[in-house]
Amino acid sequence: MAAKKKTAAAKAKAAKKTTTQKTTQRAAKKVSQKKVPFKLDSAIPAGAMGEKWDKHRFNLKLVNPANKRKYEVIVVGSGLAGASAAATLAELGYNVKCFCYQDSPRRAHSIAAQGGINAAKNYQNDGDSVFRLFHDTVKGGDYRSREANVYRLAQVSVDIIDQCAAQGVPFAREYGGLLANRSFGGAQVSRTFYARGQTGQQLLLGAYSSLNRQIGLGKVKMHTRTEMLDVVLVDGHAKGIVVRDMVTGKISRHSAHAVVLATGGYGNAYFLSTNAMGCNVTATYRAYKRGAAFSNPCFTQIHPTCIPVSGDHQSKLTLMSESLRNDGRVWVPKDKKIAAKIRSGELNPNDIDDKDRDYFLERKYPSFGNLVPRDVASRNAKEVCDEGRGVVPSGLGVYLDFADAIKRMGENTVRERYGNLFNMYEKITGSNAYKNPMTIYPAVHYTMGGLWVDYNLMSNLPGLFAIGEANFSDHGANRLGASALMQGLADGYFVLPYTIGQYLANVGIDDRPNDDDPAFSAVQQEVETRINNLLSINGDRTPTSFHRELGKIIWDNCGMSRNKKGLEEAIQIIPKLRKEFWQNLSVPGENAALNQSLEHAGRVADFLEFGELMCRDALQREESCGGHFREEHQTPEGEAKRNDAKFSFVSAWEYQGENKIPKLHKETLAYEEVKMTQRSYK
Amino acid sequence: MSGKAMNLTLRIWRQDDAEDSGRFETHEAIDVSPDMSFLEMLDVVNEGIIADGNEPIAFDSDCREGICGTCSMVINGVPHGGQQGTTACQLHMRQFSDSDTITIEPWRATAFPVQRDLIVDRSSFDRIQQAGGFISVRTGSVPDANATPVPKEDSDLAMDAAQCIGCGACVAACKNASAMLFVAAKVSHLSLVPQGQPERERRALSMVQQMDDEGFGNCTVTGSCEAVCPKEISLDFITRMNREYGRAILKKSCS
Repeated sequence: MAAKKKTAAAKAKAAKKTTTQKTTQRAAKKVSQKKVPFKLDSAIPAGAMGEKWDKHRFNLKLVNPANKRKYEVIVVGSGLAGASAAATLAELGYNVKCFCYQDSPRRAHSIAAQGGINAAKNYQNDGDSVFRLFHDTVKGGDYRSREANVYRLAQVSVDIIDQCAAQGVPFAREYGGLLANRSFGGAQVSRTFYARGQTGQQLLLGAYSSLNRQIGLGKVKMHTRTEMLDVVLVDGHAKGIVVRDMVTGKISRHSAHAVVLATGGYGNAYFLSTNAMGCNVTATYRAYKRGAAFSNPCFTQIHPTCIPVSGDHQSKLTLMSESLRNDGRVWVPKDKKIAAKIRSGELNPNDIDDKDRDYFLERKYPSFGNLVPRDVASRNAKEVCDEGRGVVPSGLGVYLDFADAIKRMGENTVRERYGNLFNMYEKITGSNAYKNPMTIYPAVHYTMGGLWVDYNLMSNLPGLFAIGEANFSDHGANRLGASALMQGLADGYFVLPYTIGQYLANVGIDDRPNDDDPAFSAVQQEVETRINNLLSINGDRTPTSFHRELGKIIWDNCGMSRNKKGLEEAIQIIPKLRKEFWQNLSVPGENAALNQSLEHAGRVADFLEFGELMCRDALQREESCGGHFREEHQTPEGEAKRNDAKFSFVSAWEYQGENKIPKLHKETLAYEEVKMTQRSYK
Repeated sequence: MSGKAMNLTLRIWRQDDAEDSGRFETHEAIDVSPDMSFLEMLDVVNEGIIADGNEPIAFDSDCREGICGTCSMVINGVPHGGQQGTTACQLHMRQFSDSDTITIEPWRATAFPVQRDLIVDRSSFDRIQQAGGFISVRTGSVPDANATPVPKEDSDLAMDAAQCIGCGACVAACKNASAMLFVAAKVSHLSLVPQGQPERERRALSMVQQMDDEGFGNCTVTGSCEAVCPKEISLDFITRMNREYGRAILKKSCS
């Protein structure tokens, strides 16, 4: 043990030597903050869609290999995007500091993704191509994503699979030893690669192994159980962060040439979601408060196949992979009365005749059937439950039935494909899904909105990058299944490592402040004041109680469907709740210790502001698109009705100050390659 | 899905920090629904503790769906509570009965020092992985994924090992606090796929070395690790790792 400590210390010393030498000695000066004027320039390269990325890569400035080791990059988050970026940047020679709130980078919530990862490999010879994946993703996103970014995503998707296979990721294989595929919602080809029901886990462990290699080599300094509480700008450029050590409470500052946020989504604004308990909006929201534009915050994805809520004690919701919809059939009884008898336990689903069942997705969408995109599947489940045909005691649940699949392929094949999901279902509900149909209901799962970024994945604040779920760029108003893993790894392995070089080459080696720069002191002071405030309210209510109340407001008014009245109400109520929070919060304990209530309180404080922004965004978007369903805007068949003339833009909100209405900016979306049509999965 | 509410007595380990000697504290859990998860039951108890102006029980959890490996508590003497193949976060209260007394403790092992209450420091696991739990490939420098066929049987077996969530229950259950199952899972996973062959010996040697340096105990094949592993990682992988290690030593001494 002693020997190990010695080597670790020696390594740290060596790493420090290389990274701190070249920092600029800035003369002590006032916190002069030259502000960079607010500007949205998507920086999409010119030229044909298929050539943009190649040409752009050629045109990007390069950092000389010998100079890379003189740059320091901060990566916040260690999920698929963060771990892959940190590892790849370190491989290139940059010095990386990586931060995560978990006790190990391996635990980031990417690990929970079950179903798979898309790639346009066309290994199945079923007509897939980069263009088709691009087309499906733009269409699936209901024409609210940036075309050039999506095309690049589809292009690099093929490299991801190669990369992961080389890391030893045990993808599912056929007997010939080649990779197996399955199909996913919103696609008519089989392009999803998977590792049983644990694809996210295996991909993350792959990225984590590459990260570990770099940590061992001293190129990445990993800070676990460390939460980023603010970003530091120097003359308008992101040059560092302020963090809290979650074990000791120590607040510290870290400076760098650039900051990369890979901090995931904001689904926990709803309190109940499939996100991990710790997932939060703090990093991106703090960046927003420092001037980074927040885009499309109302674009949230409701996943159709989650286990229904069982009671008020519920702390989170559990997703059952969308891959289940490949073989499971979604239904409710045709008759409300039969549904009522099921709910009261008088009738068993297996006793309901086929003629009394309504396989509503197959009925309404004959060509996609149970594999319609997530937003469509979710809304239809809500609709039948609202009609009184739900099948669980709360009324909010539909069946996902495997009886036909078991008849067709045998129980063993079903077990091979979905065994772990069936086991998980039984642990949580106590019910055996081989014998009885599963019950499912939609739940918040993913957030398409995020920090606004340009083609280089840089926000409007120079030097601040956002990758993975933390940015807005690739999924438009709805993400297709198995595309989150693809995007996280695309950004981290194959996009950011190139594009960040351009920024670094432009600013130069000397553009890194010392962390005793007055800008850092000022931000640290603000962070400490805020923590002290949270600890000194001494009120009656726990952080959880506020979080739960906020979540219900947002779910009711800015959830699966939204309307003007509800959103306006929410915008009235949330500030009141926020006010009560700052007057009546109770956080026991102190800062200088491991204090989970304090951690939670800080995150809830940010959700209480951010939730209002979500509602404002949903209110201004007077159309329905993808996951954003405004009741006022639907087709006669009840489908989302877009308004391309007025709303074919990315919203980008600029913070204006405490309790001031943020300013809406728009990035117009132009579609060169994909023709905008009314999405139809019939 | 509902059943009768229960009242339970909890004996919970409280410890302020690594230096504190720690003690058991008793709390009552009232009106517990059988549909609650074990951690939700603790959430409810904690809400009550905060309402009384006291500090809640610190425990680790994150995904709460059995895959991140964060949750770590010994429930009635068994890591994760004893339901086969189940993490504490997926354990549900229907496994318990009214008026039960439940004892809750942190993982106990020298290499996992307690940080607070039920939270331990498992960074030793990360360091073992950093010592060699990887295949050295640089991003971009790789062949087409289908250029190297992998027999399905090998890939499936590798996946059986790769499922390890790194929770540390194996160490907590072992009377020697051995990390052999954890290390064996990684060594086996990577030695079973063709991509892992070039570093096969180096990996086995350096991971085992780091495991020993971290202060984990030796394996005496009691099998308690396999019994509590929430991912049901087989003891066979320890045999496989011993073979890998022996092979590496032999190769080293012959070269």
